[in-house]
Amino acid sequence: MKTNATPLSPTGQHSAEGLTRRRFVQVLGAGLLVSVTGPALAQNRRRSSRGGGGPIAARIHLGADGRITVLTGKIEAGQGARAEITQAAAEELRVAPEAIDLIMGDTRLTPDDGITAGSRTTPSTLPAVRRGAAAAREVLVEMAAREWGVDPPAIEVADGRLKHAASGRSVTYAELAGRPSLAKAFQRPVGDGVTLTPVKSWRVMGQNFPRPNARALVTGEHRFPFDQVRPGMLYGKVLRPPAYRARLVSVDLAPARAIEGVVVVWDGDFVGVAAPTTHQARKALAAIEATARWEILPHPSSRELFEHLRTTARGGVPSNPFAGEFAQAAQSLERTYHVPYVQHAPMEPRAALAEWSDDGLTVWMGTQNPFGCQRELRRVFDLPADRVRVVVPDFGGGFGGKHTAEAAIEAARLAQAAGRPVIRQWTREEEFTWAYFRPAAVIDVAGALDAQGRLTHWHFVSINPGGAGLATPYRAPQRHERAVASQDPPLRQGSYRALGATANNFARECFMDELAALAGMDPLAFRLANLEEPRLRAVLIEAARRFGWEEKARRREPGVGVGLACGTEKGSFVAACVEIETDPSLRQLRVRRVCEVFECGAVVNPDNLRAQIQGAIIMGLGPVLREAMRFAGGRMGNASFERYRVPRFSDLPELDIHVLDRRDLPSVGGGETPIIAVAPAVANAVYHAVGRRIHALPVSAA
Amino acid sequence: MKTSVRLVVNGRQVTVETEPDRPLLEVLREDLGLTGTKYGCGEGSCGACTVLVDDRSTHACLTPVADVAGKSVLTIEGLGADGRLHPVQEAFLAARAHQCGYCTPGMIMEIAGWLRRGERPRPEEIPARLEGHLCRCGSHYRILEAARRVLASQPVRQP
Repeated sequence: MKTNATPLSPTGQHSAEGLTRRRFVQVLGAGLLVSVTGPALAQNRRRSSRGGGGPIAARIHLGADGRITVLTGKIEAGQGARAEITQAAAEELRVAPEAIDLIMGDTRLTPDDGITAGSRTTPSTLPAVRRGAAAAREVLVEMAAREWGVDPPAIEVADGRLKHAASGRSVTYAELAGRPSLAKAFQRPVGDGVTLTPVKSWRVMGQNFPRPNARALVTGEHRFPFDQVRPGMLYGKVLRPPAYRARLVSVDLAPARAIEGVVVVWDGDFVGVAAPTTHQARKALAAIEATARWEILPHPSSRELFEHLRTTARGGVPSNPFAGEFAQAAQSLERTYHVPYVQHAPMEPRAALAEWSDDGLTVWMGTQNPFGCQRELRRVFDLPADRVRVVVPDFGGGFGGKHTAEAAIEAARLAQAAGRPVIRQWTREEEFTWAYFRPAAVIDVAGALDAQGRLTHWHFVSINPGGAGLATPYRAPQRHERAVASQDPPLRQGSYRALGATANNFARECFMDELAALAGMDPLAFRLANLEEPRLRAVLIEAARRFGWEEKARRREPGVGVGLACGTEKGSFVAACVEIETDPSLRQLRVRRVCEVFECGAVVNPDNLRAQIQGAIIMGLGPVLREAMRFAGGRMGNASFERYRVPRFSDLPELDIHVLDRRDLPSVGGGETPIIAVAPAVANAVYHAVGRRIHALPVSAA
Repeated sequence: MKTSVRLVVNGRQVTVETEPDRPLLEVLREDLGLTGTKYGCGEGSCGACTVLVDDRSTHACLTPVADVAGKSVLTIEGLGADGRLHPVQEAFLAARAHQCGYCTPGMIMEIAGWLRRGERPRPEEIPARLEGHLCRCGSHYRILEAARRVLASQPVRQP
């Protein structure tokens, strides 16, 4: 029975057991040429900037054994950053990706590459890593050139070996790793003048490369955040109010304190327990819950949600400035769309293990935002940066839902009181109740057409979901687009895959179908008549062709319908055509087929991109079919997988995914945009099937 | 009140001193260090904690440890042998049937259970058989591909 993971396994995975600073320094000392210690690494990191302008040593280490260690502040939550960043480094170092160990998301060791969100890894971090790797290669070439007295351009690099063909000399990275002068050379800043490998010469990027630690996932050996272990650690639980906006009036901690081995913490609003097992912690918490008295304040329910958002719009809801022009237009239309709160529901709930030591506070946790969580912890515990370390083992799903440090703060408070490490994992119910949600939305849309069916005026006011995807990609000479916040959103809200672009594209693309009908045009023809952006046109035309749109859109079959939608976000472009079947009540709605075409510039890892598109499509089915948080009296009514039904195997449509690989264009991220066309395409198909226009998600609530 | 519970875990006889109503999941993870079995919901509706108890697919989160006294529990850590992967693990690796990998052990144990019981669901029956297993990353198609591959390649073992 193997219970101890390797401190620093060949895939760069670290476990709480192994990765103390002392241990890491040992590993460095044993295996890395640039023999910097932990603090020196931290200095390197601090000098590094997000653009990759710090010293090479902050990013790349060469081992005398031929292993190359690459460092990044990005994290892996299943989206494929570990594979793609490894590929990026391998490409510029001219080595096989298998030669690289990637250390991710560790505030003491890695550069701050920013939050892993917003599809930024591909357009920002890959170039930063590539610049660091290319600078390292240039240093090595210069070193060999000096030793051999030859011109650097005469040296070729392949598979970690430098060769000078004319003289027949060669040297490996591993051999150069022993040169004392290299450590100094790697202190050189990564300049802007570094030349990156052009796409046409890519050997590693552009290819499929699987996740390096995939084997540890199928064997169960990989230690997710909640699988971390420290000697003597306790399991933590926290008292939750029975409702939102509830205030603790009184509580008796004596019964919980009477349980052997249990530590109880009461500090202001915070009441928590830590115990040698989860079971004991649960019992102690139950004892506390039984004595807690609460004052429950009024809280809007999900039934009054949309009215509430409208009445609390900051500065009021902007009205349509084109009212006069609308009166004169050949045709015009106004609609309002509603999108409820939904939850990310990653399979691994929030988890963190906190330990206080002479080094300060160390936290192993699942977060997309290691440096942001470090800042949160510094603020809460009033600590300088070098006294808080956040380590992020590859974790179980994020989707924009793990940007904040709640579980870490809870674990650290308990650990501080207990004088022992404490691990804290939220229950599924906590995850569905106290994690932040994708914002609900109220969206007012109005459009006016000329006699040829061309948009002349466009009014789009989006209350609460944010500005992502706010701007219409369609040609509209007169546009008025506003994102308005609510002053009093009833639930905590935060990021989500593509965030506001989901709601905004749902509203816009459903509305475009209604306008098409008004103009007497087919939805595809109407869009193309109002669309100039060539990249968006390309995916839309290709999706329609592959799907057989023209023929399917003409066909009339009771209860069967087709719909399409498209959109652009984060510099990438998507179009989806779907076929659905449904009964008139929409209760038996099933998505039969999805054809999605996507374009995000030059593709870095085709298989990983397909996985992201598959994932985004399946995730996107949830909010259109069923997902919606229901709450009343401050209590969440469906805080479980039984009552909040995420997509399942029985929901799977037949999928046709096609990627337009634009190797002439810069690579941008692909994990988010593929979700934005799913909901509106399904909603539009409902109209085609049963003649009902959809103005709210999920469709089953219509 | 703690009591001694004897059971077989991954082929080894173990005795745990524990409250008898503790979930098997927590005993595996906290007492035996077998963290490959995951918590996902605590109410048997996501499949992440699936283990085999006497070859039956079982939600470890809902099973009091006393219920498995004298029985044989197989977890993801016990599936391979001699450093080799089990065919279901091989199939998941080959099909890249994971993104974050958190649901993966439960999925693998479910399918391994079919093989151990001599069941061979037809390809079209597989989605319904996996309906109780949730995946949020959307690896479903690849998980189905892995299941189909391994079912096609494994001869039916006579019980």
